[in-house]
Amino acid sequence: MSYSDYGDNDPIYGDDLAEEDRESRPRLMLMGLRRSGKSSIQRVVFHKMSPTETLFLESTSKINKDNIHSFIDFQVWDFPGQMDFFDPTFDTTAIFGEVGALVFVIDSQDDYMEALARLHTTVVAAHRVNPNITFEVFIHKVDGLSEDYKIDTQRDIQQTTMDELSDAGLENVQLAFYLTSIYDHSIFEAFSKVIQKLIPQLPTLENLLNILCANSGIEKAFLFDVISKIYIATDSSPVDSQSYEICSDMIDVIIDISSIYGRAAIGAKSQGYLEDHQDGQDDWTQQQDGHGDYEDTNGGIHQRPGASDMNSQTVVSNSSRAGSLNSVPTQQTSGNHEAFSVIKMGNGTVLYLREVNKYLALICLLKAETFEKQGLIDYNVHCFKEAMDQVFELKRAERTRREMEANQLLEEQRHNGMYGHG
Amino acid sequence: MKKKVLLMGKSGSGKTSMRSIIFSNYIARDTRRLGATIDVEHSHVRFLGNLVLNLWDCGGQEAFMENYFASQRDHIFKNVEVLIYVFDVESRDVEKDMHYYQSCLEAILTNSKDAKIFCLIHKMDLVQEDQRDKIYNERVLELQTRSLPLQVIPFRTSIWDETLYKAWSSIVYSLIPNVQLLESHLDNFCKICEADEIVLFERMTFLVIAHSTRVDNGDVHRFEKISNIIKQFKLSCSRTQGSFQSMEVRHSNFAGFIDYLTGNTYVMVIMSDPTIQSAATLMNISIARKHFEKLEGAQFSK
Repeated sequence: MSYSDYGDNDPIYGDDLAEEDRESRPRLMLMGLRRSGKSSIQRVVFHKMSPTETLFLESTSKINKDNIHSFIDFQVWDFPGQMDFFDPTFDTTAIFGEVGALVFVIDSQDDYMEALARLHTTVVAAHRVNPNITFEVFIHKVDGLSEDYKIDTQRDIQQTTMDELSDAGLENVQLAFYLTSIYDHSIFEAFSKVIQKLIPQLPTLENLLNILCANSGIEKAFLFDVISKIYIATDSSPVDSQSYEICSDMIDVIIDISSIYGRAAIGAKSQGYLEDHQDGQDDWTQQQDGHGDYEDTNGGIHQRPGASDMNSQTVVSNSSRAGSLNSVPTQQTSGNHEAFSVIKMGNGTVLYLREVNKYLALICLLKAETFEKQGLIDYNVHCFKEAMDQVFELKRAERTRREMEANQLLEEQRHNGMYGHG
Repeated sequence: MKKKVLLMGKSGSGKTSMRSIIFSNYIARDTRRLGATIDVEHSHVRFLGNLVLNLWDCGGQEAFMENYFASQRDHIFKNVEVLIYVFDVESRDVEKDMHYYQSCLEAILTNSKDAKIFCLIHKMDLVQEDQRDKIYNERVLELQTRSLPLQVIPFRTSIWDETLYKAWSSIVYSLIPNVQLLESHLDNFCKICEADEIVLFERMTFLVIAHSTRVDNGDVHRFEKISNIIKQFKLSCSRTQGSFQSMEVRHSNFAGFIDYLTGNTYVMVIMSDPTIQSAATLMNISIARKHFEKLEGAQFSK
């Protein structure tokens, strides 16, 4: 799960994932004409590239597939102009069969008539193969447009597309339109909305978050996919984009600081594991990666806590690491092996982050007065985590071992066993 | 205590941009909006309470330059503590840059011969990555030979990464009186907390003032990286009508605390012993506050 995976188009690579894991994760496909901004979106959202650097990206010239391993099973397909859906060698069934959402990117600063034609054929072809696909249209690069022009463009694109589809007898196909730009958070918010449609457990997650917020005096809670900074669920209070932005910036800060000190403390103290990633930003995610489908992508040296020989080239078995992660809940905040962070702001707001599982982190916004009872919040968040684990069944292997305990906790929570605030 | 700092260099080399980022909370992208500096722009930056940087941002167009060396010579080059000379690495006319630079050194030598001289090779982001070391080393060598008999301290900088913070941290470090005393107290603090590392930042700019390290981290660029990371976050906090106050990060193998220490400083404490509770460290920081307030008061009130 490291950022350095990028560019690894080796087909074997994608198959490393456990099949069950793959099924449980939403799949996305990113399409669009050349130069519409697909690669830039991909780099900015999934590889933490700074938007200004995307100017130097070379254009992608062949069909290009890039797998990203985060909570979302994400594939990017670059479609060159000459691609023909009616070519018999072009296996539409294989391509569209398993996709949950198809994101089509249109460059709003360019003449988009060709893009609309392409969108039309794509929707028709994909819908025939897989009627369950949700179609999402990103009207992209809107940072260059004035407010009025943005709305006009969206209306125009929306109108044209829907008219053409109804002419083709597909008036029931739902398309959603988003105005996006990589220079602000709009691209992340658009992705968040797309992803949320694909998560069957969404109502359950929202409900859990609502219970958590109500019982802990939390004002707003987001469940984030850490790698992409997309939120996959939030409680039912309205989202204001400022809170989302500050939470997403918080993830950045924590990953950045962890990439400096998380790694270094290890080398100096010979505790923890050595990592020789080229990319410094993947420590946290690598860290979280201990639940069974751990991949040694870089051929690097990994040493678990307790491994004494620092120079040993062995990769210690996964179970020992998973064990060290999961022994945590019984301990207090200190000595916790999961990422945890608190940021206090001058206006009395507290940001509280806790790692939920290998992909996800919970971020809560609350008032400083509420945060005085941190123990209560820690406990309730712990209950929430337990419930989450149940929902996603990500910890299959060790779930059997802890089933009794976990069931009990979930049960407690369902019956309002969370201690109320105050 | 006022310290005069001259910021010079050819027109368009990036003097005002870097000043705005470090002292006026600009983000790198916004510096595009800055216009040319006309004549000299004075700004007073309060740093650590009583230490005031008197920053002279000298517009670099030729007409102004000639003026500085002629009629304004005494006015500009008297009582200078630090001269910062900015070179655009992409500059076409290196000879001319050097000519002005040497005139500048001459004026410094006669008017304030004890001034420290920092040379920033700026806009390094425009050079291809694999060429950067080579070009930088060449420039530095040339600068050093041309600067004799004066000694210069060179830095490579870019407003797009943390190198800018490294250069400016070193510059302000050279201006802080009695910084060794501060460092020894910080060492002591570090020992008492059993911390791996303690870093002291200036509150507004987040430039590193001093640090104490018990367990070396190996990443030599970490201080400027942290400056950059926190400064960026501070800016995004202020966009959402809140100001950054403190943070705690816990991880499997370290815990980091960033909190204010005195009215003018922030402190970052890095712990790696998982048995030490957060509350203990936070308590240590809050006790240290009084101590450092007193120290700062004694040090800068003179």
